[in-house]
Amino acid sequence: MYPNKFKTRWLVVLSVIFGLTVTSVTPAYADPFVDAVQALNAKSNKAKTTAIEALVATGDERAAAVLGAFLNGTLFYRKADKRVFITEKSGSVYILIDPATGEDVGEAKKSEAKKIPINNRLRGQLKGVLGAMTLMSADVDKRRHAADEVFKANDPSMLPVLQKALAREEDADVKDRMIRAQAAIVLEYGDDTAARVKAAENLSEFTDPDVGALLGKMVANATDPAVVNAAKAAQDSVENSLAAWAFLGNLFQGVSLGSVLLLAAVGLAITFGVMGVINMAHGEMVMLGAYTTFMVQEVFRNYFPGAFDWSLAVAVPAAFLVTAAVGIAIERGIIRWLYGRPLETLLATWGLSLMLQQAIRTIFGPTNQEVGNPSWMSGAIETSTGLVLTYNRIWIIVFALGVLLMLSLIARKTLFGLQMRAVTQNRAMASSMGIRSGWVDALTFALGSGVAGMAGVALSQIDNVSPNLGQTYIIDSFMVVVFGGVGNLWGTLVGAFSLGIVNKFMEPYAGAVLGKIFVLVGIILFIQKRPRGLFALKGRAVES
Amino acid sequence: MTHQPFIMRILRDRMASSVLGILIVAAFLIPALNMLVSPDSALHVPSYIVTLLGKYLTYALLALSVDLVWGYCGILSLGHGAFFALGGYAMGMHMMREIGDRGVYGNAELPDFMVFLNWQELPWYWYGFDSFGFAVLMVVLAPGLLAFVFGWFAFRSRVTGVYLSIITQAMTYALLLAFFRNDMGFGGNNGLTDFKDVLGFDLRSDGMRATLFFLSAMAVVMGYLVCRFIVDSRLGRVIIAIRDSESRARFLGYRVEYYKLFVFTVSAVLAGVAGALYVPQVGIINPSEFSPANSIEIVIWVALGGRGTLVGPIIGALAVNYAKSYFTGALPEVWLFMLGGLFIFSTLFLPKGIVGTEAIQVAFEAQRLKLAKFLRPYDYLEGGDGR
Repeated sequence: MYPNKFKTRWLVVLSVIFGLTVTSVTPAYADPFVDAVQALNAKSNKAKTTAIEALVATGDERAAAVLGAFLNGTLFYRKADKRVFITEKSGSVYILIDPATGEDVGEAKKSEAKKIPINNRLRGQLKGVLGAMTLMSADVDKRRHAADEVFKANDPSMLPVLQKALAREEDADVKDRMIRAQAAIVLEYGDDTAARVKAAENLSEFTDPDVGALLGKMVANATDPAVVNAAKAAQDSVENSLAAWAFLGNLFQGVSLGSVLLLAAVGLAITFGVMGVINMAHGEMVMLGAYTTFMVQEVFRNYFPGAFDWSLAVAVPAAFLVTAAVGIAIERGIIRWLYGRPLETLLATWGLSLMLQQAIRTIFGPTNQEVGNPSWMSGAIETSTGLVLTYNRIWIIVFALGVLLMLSLIARKTLFGLQMRAVTQNRAMASSMGIRSGWVDALTFALGSGVAGMAGVALSQIDNVSPNLGQTYIIDSFMVVVFGGVGNLWGTLVGAFSLGIVNKFMEPYAGAVLGKIFVLVGIILFIQKRPRGLFALKGRAVES
Repeated sequence: MTHQPFIMRILRDRMASSVLGILIVAAFLIPALNMLVSPDSALHVPSYIVTLLGKYLTYALLALSVDLVWGYCGILSLGHGAFFALGGYAMGMHMMREIGDRGVYGNAELPDFMVFLNWQELPWYWYGFDSFGFAVLMVVLAPGLLAFVFGWFAFRSRVTGVYLSIITQAMTYALLLAFFRNDMGFGGNNGLTDFKDVLGFDLRSDGMRATLFFLSAMAVVMGYLVCRFIVDSRLGRVIIAIRDSESRARFLGYRVEYYKLFVFTVSAVLAGVAGALYVPQVGIINPSEFSPANSIEIVIWVALGGRGTLVGPIIGALAVNYAKSYFTGALPEVWLFMLGGLFIFSTLFLPKGIVGTEAIQVAFEAQRLKLAKFLRPYDYLEGGDGR
C-alpha cells in the first residue's frame, strides 16, 4: 500500500547505482535523508525518538513512506549490513525496498532481516508526525485534515514542520487551522511568555470545544501567571462563542422538532378548525403516508434502482392521494353521522385508529420497515464549532414550511378555500348561500388527511416506520393544536415551533422526559388562561 | 319517584335491582363455590377465575366512576386511568412495605428496586405507607387531590368539551412519562410487584383471593349506591342540567364549576378505590396503567354499556373485558379489530348503549310484568298494568 509503485522510472537507474555503491560499507552517505533513515535503527527508544524528529526535520517528502512503514511494522534492517529497508512480504521472503528511491532492491529471507522494534510511545509520536507530514500535501483537503490532526495531537516536535507548512500555505481556511495548531503547541510547550500570551490570544478566535478544553487545561496547570491570565481571558471568549453556537444548535434542533410537529398537527388543525372534529385516527394517516413511502420505495428498488433519489418526489403525491382517499372514506362512512357530537367522533375515530394500526400490523408485520434516505438527504453540514445540521432535517423544515405555504394559498386563493372558510365561520349561513357544506366537509377532511400523509413521507425519513408511528405524534399534535388555537394556520405554526423550541431548550437542563413533562404541564396551565388557545377564533364560531 | 325512600327506588328499578342482586349473590356464591365445593365437582370455581372476575369487577367500578362524570355531567375524561393507577400505586406502596426483608436483597429498610438503584434511604413520600390505614387514606386522597386541583383549574377557567378531554389526556400522559422515570421512586418501568401479603394475609391464598373478590363486588355495589344517591339528589338534577346546557345552568345562578368539581373529585376517588382493589388481585402496578390508550378504553366500556344509566357501565365493563380475555387468548390478531369496531359500532348505532337500547328495555319490562303477574295476580285480572 505504500507509494513505491508510484515512483517514476528514472529512479531505477539511480537505485541501481546506489545499491551497488553501498552494499559493503557502513553508512556514510551524502544524503542527510538516508542518514536520518539509518538512524531509526537505534538501540534505545529515546534515540529512535530523536531520529524520528530528525527525519521529520529534513522536510523530505520521502519521509512519510518510511515513517508509515515504521508505524505499520514493515520497516526492517538487513542483518548483514544493518541497512534499513521498507519491506513487503511475499510468500516466505521479504521484498526489500530502498527508502530513498522507493525501488525494489532484492529479497531477504526471514533469517536475514529483522524488524526494527517499536513501542506504543513511538507509535503515538509517529501518528502525530505523519499527520504533520501531510501538511505539505498538494491536496487541500488532506492538508486541512492534517492541520486538524496536528492540533489534536498537540506534539511540540511537530512545530518545525508546522511552521514550514504554514509559511507556504495559501488556502486561508487551512492556514487558520494551522495557526490554531501552532498556537496550541506554543501555548502549551513554549518558553517565551510573550509568545504564549500571543498564542492564547490567537486561540481565543477559534470557536471550538477542543480549544476551550485546552485553554481550560492551561488555566489549571500553567505556572506563569501572565499565561494563566491570558488563557483565562481566551477561555472566556471561546466559551462565550461556544455557548452562542450551542444556542444555534439547540435552535436548529428546536425548529426541526417544530417542523415535524407542524407537519403532524397542521392537518389536525384543519379538520378540527373547520369541522370541530377531533380526528384521533390522524396519527394513523401519518403512518399510512409513511407506509406509502415504503411501498413506493419498494417499487423503485425493484424496477428503477437508478432513479431511487426521485422516489420521494413520487411518494409525496402518492401519500397525499392514498391518505386523502382514506380520509374521504372515513368522513363519508363514519364522521358525517356524528356531526355535532364531538366526543362521540373522538371515540369512533379512536376505534378506527386501532383498526388501522392492526390492519397495517397484520399486512406488514409489527417490525420497522426499511425506508431509505435519498442521497441528497443524507449527510450533514458540520462546523468545527460543534454544530451539526443534518440534511434530512433541513429538508423537512423546508418541506413543512412549503406545505404550510401551500395550505394557506389554498385557503386564501381558491374557491374551495373560500367555501372552507365560509363553512368554518358560519355553517348555516354558508349553506343558505348555496355552498354544499357536506362536500366542503368531505374535501376538507380529505385535505387534512392528505397533509397528514405527506407528513408521513417526511417522518419516514427521520423516524422508524412501524404501525405505532402515528401514536408517537398524536398527543404532541393535539398539544400543538390546543396551544395554537384551532382554525388558524398561523396559530399552528407558532404553536408547533414554540413547543419544539421550548422542548429542545429544556432538554439540556431537565432531560428529555422531564422536559416533556414540563411542557405538558405548562400547556395544561396555559389552557386555563386561554381555553381556546393562543390565537382563538373570535365571534360566533366560538359559540358551538 | 323522588318521594319514595332511596332503597325503594332502587328496588323498583328492575334493571338496577337485578344487576345489584346478581352482584351481591355472586359476592357470596363464588367464594363459596371456590372454597367449599371440592375441586372435582362441576360447580367448583377455580381460584384464577375468582381473581379474574375480581379484576373485572374493579374495572366495573372504574367504568362507573367514568360514567358519573361523562354520563351525568358531560365531562369526557380521557385521564381516568390516572386516578385508577394512583389508587393502585398507593396500595402497591403499602404492599411493598409489607414485603419487609423478604425481598430479593433482604433489605428491611428499602424496597428491592431502591436497593438496586443504590438508594440509601427511603424517600419522604414513602413514609407512612407502612401503615395500612395511611395507605387507604392515600388511596382516597391521592386521586381525590389530583382531581380537585386539576378540576379547580380546568372548570374555573371554563375549559370544556374536547379541550377538556385533551388536557385530561395530557395529564395522564405526563404522569405516564413521570412514573417511567427511575428517579421518581416508584419503581420506574417495572413498577411495583412481588407483593407478598396484606395485613398479614398471603395474597396467593384462596381465602385472600376470595376476600378480595368479595370486597370488589361489594365495592361495585357501594359505588353504584353512592353514584345513584348523588344522581338522584337535587344536586344530581343540577349536574344533569349542566350536562344538557351548561350556560343555561350558569345563568340560572348555579355555580357550575363547583358542581363539576364535586362530581369530578368523587369520581376520581371511586377510580382510586378501584385501582387499590385491582393491584392486590393482579399483583403488579406499573406505569403502563397511565397510558392514554387505557383511559380511552374505559370510555368504551361506558359507551357500550350505556352512559347515563349507572347499570350500563357495569355491564359494559364486564362484557368488554370478558371478550378481551377471550379473544386475546383465542384470536389475538382479531381483538384490536373488534375493539376498534366496538368503538365505531357503539357510537354510531348504540348511542345509548346496550342498556339504553329499546329492545332490551322492552324485554326487561316484559320480565317485570311476568314477575309482577306471578306475585300479585289479582292486580292484573282486569287487564290493568298493575301500577
